[in-house]
Amino acid sequence: MSTDLNLVPTEPGVTGKPTLRERFAGLGGNTRQYGIFAALVVIILLFYGLTGGKLLYPNNVASLVNQNAYVMILAIGMVMVIIAGHIDLSVGSVVATVGGVAAISLHDWGVSWWVAVLISLALGAAIGAWQGFWIAYVGIPAFIVTLAGMLIFRGFALVIVTQSIPVLDKTFNGIMSNSLPNFASRIGKADVLTLLIGALLVVATVWAQLRARTSLRKHNLAVEPVAVFLTKVVLASVGIGVVTVLLSQSDGGTPIVLVVCGVLIVAYSFLMARTVFGRHIYAIGGNRQAARLSGVNTRQVDFWIFVNIGVLAGLTGVVVTSRLGTALAAAGNGFELDAIAACFIGGAAVTGGIGRISGAIVGALIMGVLNQGLSIMGVDPSWTQVIKGLVLLLAVAYDIVSKRRAGVR
Amino acid sequence: MANKTVPHENILEMRGITKRFPGVVALDDVNLVVERGEIHAICGENGAGKSTLMNVLSGVYPHGTYEGEIVYEGRPVEFRSIRDSERIGIVIIHQELALSPYLSIAENIFLGNEQTNGAVIDWNATNVKAAELLKRIGLNERPETRIADIGVGKQQLVEIAKALSREVRLLILDEPTAALNDEDSAHLLALLKELRGQGITSIIISHKLNELLSVADRITVIRDGRTIETIDNQGPEKVTDERLIRGMVGRPMDHRFPEHTPNIGDEVFRVEDWTVFHPIDQSRKVVDNASITVRRGEIVGLAGLMGAGRTEFAMSVFGRTYGVNVTGRVYKDGQEVHLPTVQAAIGHGIAYATEDRKRYGLNLIDTVQRNISAAALRKLSRRGVVDANAEQNTAEQYRRELNIKTPTVKVLAGQLSGGNQQKVVLSKWIYAEPDVLILDEPTRGIDVGAKYEIYVIIQRLADMGKGVVFISSELPELIGTCDRIYTFSQGRVTGEVAKADATQELLMTYMTMDKDVTVR
Repeated sequence: MSTDLNLVPTEPGVTGKPTLRERFAGLGGNTRQYGIFAALVVIILLFYGLTGGKLLYPNNVASLVNQNAYVMILAIGMVMVIIAGHIDLSVGSVVATVGGVAAISLHDWGVSWWVAVLISLALGAAIGAWQGFWIAYVGIPAFIVTLAGMLIFRGFALVIVTQSIPVLDKTFNGIMSNSLPNFASRIGKADVLTLLIGALLVVATVWAQLRARTSLRKHNLAVEPVAVFLTKVVLASVGIGVVTVLLSQSDGGTPIVLVVCGVLIVAYSFLMARTVFGRHIYAIGGNRQAARLSGVNTRQVDFWIFVNIGVLAGLTGVVVTSRLGTALAAAGNGFELDAIAACFIGGAAVTGGIGRISGAIVGALIMGVLNQGLSIMGVDPSWTQVIKGLVLLLAVAYDIVSKRRAGVR
Repeated sequence: MANKTVPHENILEMRGITKRFPGVVALDDVNLVVERGEIHAICGENGAGKSTLMNVLSGVYPHGTYEGEIVYEGRPVEFRSIRDSERIGIVIIHQELALSPYLSIAENIFLGNEQTNGAVIDWNATNVKAAELLKRIGLNERPETRIADIGVGKQQLVEIAKALSREVRLLILDEPTAALNDEDSAHLLALLKELRGQGITSIIISHKLNELLSVADRITVIRDGRTIETIDNQGPEKVTDERLIRGMVGRPMDHRFPEHTPNIGDEVFRVEDWTVFHPIDQSRKVVDNASITVRRGEIVGLAGLMGAGRTEFAMSVFGRTYGVNVTGRVYKDGQEVHLPTVQAAIGHGIAYATEDRKRYGLNLIDTVQRNISAAALRKLSRRGVVDANAEQNTAEQYRRELNIKTPTVKVLAGQLSGGNQQKVVLSKWIYAEPDVLILDEPTRGIDVGAKYEIYVIIQRLADMGKGVVFISSELPELIGTCDRIYTFSQGRVTGEVAKADATQELLMTYMTMDKDVTVR
């Protein structure tokens, strides 16, 4: 055998021209991802038909965003927890506790709105650190720790809030109910600021995609065929465009909370896909032992994942309290289940190691559209629950069956 | 074509079996004829298609997912599941045993085939029948004993007893002796011969060629999803392992170990008086006052029987990943270093490639690319952000240089064959650029061709000035590649042998040396 082994990595090598199979092999891993987007579009179109177009009335689109912001924010944290092979059952209770403290700080201590927000995030982080400590450093399964947390923080919420505490701070309440100020006025019915933001987003998307393509070229790596590339970019732009136009015609324009969600989605997608920390989360979920033996500090990663979801639960506490204009002891009831369901509908693996931020967001939107569509149609909320349950079951079943068919050797 | 009038000589004929996976033809027109009452061995490189063929036969891949015909006892059969094949007497025993550890031997034997009198389990019948079966296979254990309390060798025998309880006529064993010591292997092979006397036909898949040659009546060689030849092992001409290897890799192999002239430099790594206790049974010394030294450019072997403490020694050195109450000193380039964590060990230029690559070495559900970069992501990142393109180029480079057989580096590691997975593990650690590389059974369960490639890689690493510690259970492999070999027995270093003096007999003497004697 005359294998010419020169094991010292030389300068970045020149990859030979990729075969057709190699070109498309890259797409294989993303089919599930495209599938979930397609499912969302299908469900939107379905309810668009069933509600006689009411689903996509501008104000309904705006309220869809407002009503589901909490699931999206929590799902971002939850999908990271699930990818690492854990679960968090406590987020709903944490939302109630943090919301209560936020309301007290505004109502009783008279702090300004941004101090209240900071207190909320810090409290969320502290609660996350508490749970992360037990999970990462004592080694108690997350299921148990967060089940305990679910009881503990619901209890705290009941103690500090008793029933409800009103929030009168206009700015604080505005986080949820207000939209970006439309200082650019309107053209016809359309809010100009919203249109501008949409246009900027389209430009940013195209620019980011082009840049990624150039970078691949620079590294002599295979790029997607132009047709595939164009289709992707056009579809994404059209998607952004449609949402922009619809929102611009709503009463408020762009809801502030949508901006918050958007920033979180972009930031966390980057974190998970491109950073060392994100890689470590996937590595831990895929094979904890192998990750540890590769030098990943698994405890530290576990700890920070829970601090992170604590902060996001804190943010959700702010969002929910602001939306209701009052802190309720019963706030956030069942939020953990909505977030978990969104992750699994969005393609996260029950055993960890697989999942995406975008998937979890789409999962949250699918549930949101179902909720909204069914309620516009006047379906009894009890049946809505049944339908959501079935969707979750079928989504995971589809995942497992398709994996089995793919054949794990 | 099979003659339907005379009693069938052949218990099994597989004709023109072709099995495709997306992008891969795993089996390409394979033909296999197994005569009644023979022991038929199948050998071939990893990824040659042996396991796939057996999965087709036993119904793991149901009828319709492959092309070709299976004729069993003279009749064409179409299995929809493994149940269908078991019902007519075909039982497959996989490399990973399928026993429930906290149930008794008897319960495991009759699992899924419970002995009942109508509605409830008849425990007396279960235990009596189990005892008979245990006697038949020569296993001297009580039927009530828990599986967890017996060794792997005995567990393998329980699997066979389980097959016998189902009136097996065609027994398929996939790498049955891979995890067994010599004594247990010998027992198992003797049992197969005995069962042959009782009319049970066996198909045995193994990498251990000597074993196959000693036990098989006929041997079928498979390469790249095709049948190469079926050799009669009973004929006048003695079949040699060189002959088999030629068929398996498709080229004659003049020497099984690459030539190598070492270029040995200064000491790079030294462990002194290393003692480790068992993590659960904390009074038990697993490693007892062991000391080794490794020089730059040197390949140092660690020989020992199962349970000698070699893996435990390596893992406890590598960031305390095994054991409790670890004491001893580690020197790197003459300076004492402390390695309380894996990160610290990697930071001091020490790497450990684990023995069990699936459980501890790889993230099977992630890509080859990301597995290769896993131990040295920092090299590919700036301020915590990974350069995925540079990463892909790096992975591509290792794919070419180590000849990892995969269509792209974006393929999941779990889809590669064992030898290629091992190369991914090696790539990961080579990319981390360690000075000392501890390789624990790097060639276990992989084919001859890939083994050779791994020897070459190991030698190249030594030539780059790294110290290599090579743990292996195959003595010829250690003698063929190492410059110096330490022997372990019961946690102690019992011998140190230079390449020139190393013989299997000498090493084995040290490896079986009693605890109270230490020869240096």
